[in-house]
Amino acid sequence: MSRSTPPGIEVADLVKSYDEVDAVRGVSFTVPPGEVFGFLGPNGAGKSTTINMLCTLAKPTSGAARVSGFDVVSQRDDVRRHIGLVFQDPTLDGYLTAEQNLRFHAELYGIDPGVVPARMDQMLKMVDLADRRDKPVMTFSGGMRRRLEIARGLMHSPRVLFLDEPTIGLDPQTRSSIWRYIRALQETEGTTIFMTTHYMDEAEFCDRIAIMDRGEIVVLDTPEALKASVGADRVALGTADNDAALAALEDHFGIEATVAEGAVTFHVDSGEAFVPRVFAELDVAITSVAVSRPTLDDVFMRYTGTTIRDAETGGVADQNRAMMRALAGARR
Amino acid sequence: MSAVVADVVAARVPERSWRSEARAVKIIWRRELIRFLGDRAQIMMALIQPLLFLFVLGSGLESLSAATTDGVDLKTFIFPGVVCMAVLFTALFRAASLVWDRELGFLREMLVAPVSRSSIIVGKCLGGATLAASQGVIVLALAALVDVPYDPVLILGVLGMMLLLAFTVTAFGVLVAVCIKQAQTFTSVMQMFLMPMFFVSGALYPVSGLPSWLGVLNRLDPLTYAVDPVRHLVFNHLEISESARRTLDPGVTWWGWDLPPLFEVGMVLLLGLAMMGVAIRQFSRTE
Repeated sequence: MSRSTPPGIEVADLVKSYDEVDAVRGVSFTVPPGEVFGFLGPNGAGKSTTINMLCTLAKPTSGAARVSGFDVVSQRDDVRRHIGLVFQDPTLDGYLTAEQNLRFHAELYGIDPGVVPARMDQMLKMVDLADRRDKPVMTFSGGMRRRLEIARGLMHSPRVLFLDEPTIGLDPQTRSSIWRYIRALQETEGTTIFMTTHYMDEAEFCDRIAIMDRGEIVVLDTPEALKASVGADRVALGTADNDAALAALEDHFGIEATVAEGAVTFHVDSGEAFVPRVFAELDVAITSVAVSRPTLDDVFMRYTGTTIRDAETGGVADQNRAMMRALAGARR
Repeated sequence: MSAVVADVVAARVPERSWRSEARAVKIIWRRELIRFLGDRAQIMMALIQPLLFLFVLGSGLESLSAATTDGVDLKTFIFPGVVCMAVLFTALFRAASLVWDRELGFLREMLVAPVSRSSIIVGKCLGGATLAASQGVIVLALAALVDVPYDPVLILGVLGMMLLLAFTVTAFGVLVAVCIKQAQTFTSVMQMFLMPMFFVSGALYPVSGLPSWLGVLNRLDPLTYAVDPVRHLVFNHLEISESARRTLDPGVTWWGWDLPPLFEVGMVLLLGLAMMGVAIRQFSRTE
């Protein structure tokens, strides 16, 4: 870090209750400037509520949060001047061109008109949209729109950039280019990045990860440390009778297994050595075996009791909502 | 990466000030214009109804009304009302842009920006007002076709009045848009207000000697106080008999008191400002 900046984000005992339901119950963490911080958790864990409080869209019930050194309640405008936001749902004006969308943003944020054209060129180049600047956004593909949203969120050089599922629904190529921008940004401007994602392979790119479940942060560490904390190998068995297999594993080996994505899954220290014993001692027909080193999926499963893909099936509602929005747009 | 580092153009967001709020209002206003000009079909659609009233209804009913208008063409008579109609329709439907911004997500872009809620509402009101008034200008340009002279005083006066009416009606529409979050409901509510407001206002008939129930409704309709000054302006520049003037442009009265046009103008302005004020308060509270 070249400039001396306050912590990107500082959160202490943050609580948000809606009608006596605690959506967020006492969350604390600090994100140093320039860090890429991943925020994971099943749907309904309280991630969005936390983000909304950090970007001043919701008032905490109690506790405090500072973003870029400013209090999210008492210095709301200062927080807003220093953050950029890229939401999961689109917030571009499809009838305006890419350039007009960026121009609108620059004017709204009061950026010095002298730097606007240069900054706009730079952002459009970064997201590879310079040649489409005069095209209405409604002619853009989903990936192009997301890239433009990122460019717009960066127009005013925010110190902290919030990305809510920035790569969801995008093809692998666009996803990797979005990660390239995120890294470039961190290097060139020292921007702190706070992001949520459902993709565990992407969470690996984060400097640190927090996993949230039922309104609380259950674990927070680097991806490496988290994987090491799970320790054991993961064994997934395809069986003819999962219930019988679960019972047998418990009886014979004292292992508590769960069914995840259709396979009987459990953790043991040395997977390869254990598998032959399973074949020898289990009465249930086994149709497939997979042994893997711990991944962030295992970390997620260990701390939330579910895989992120199972957790995500609750996300179908979100997808429907996105589709309704798209239809509403087409109706206009 | 180091080459990029050297080239970075960093922007800075200044603290909130009157100047930054003014810029925000201006860009919100400009976006309304850009959106509208990009949508020529809508400009034409908004013209169809006023033109139907003016030329089809006006010409069709002419033979019935000729006996009672002292030689004044019905089209000439309803011209001020039709000008107001064009403004009214456009303003009410332009206010829907706030509902659409919410529905399509763009509102969020404005809500998280370091600008006050007031600036968003003021920008929307001024944007809608500008568009509605320009729609009125297109109808005003047809004056010669209905024997209304292009007199500078008349044109400027009507223009000012159209701007004012456009502002007040947009403020009303924005207020409704702040309270009603669904686009479909908004459209139905607007439909519910539109025709009654227009028919009761006296845009199509003189407001003296009405049945008492209609007279009361007419005095309650804010549009009445916009149509009346416009009609005065137009009739001041027509060469017609004194009796025709008295019959067709009697002016609005309250218990026998003739309302001065400037008083009516002031009422429309106050009403517009009040509705914008309530809209701002409501918007700041709920968003």
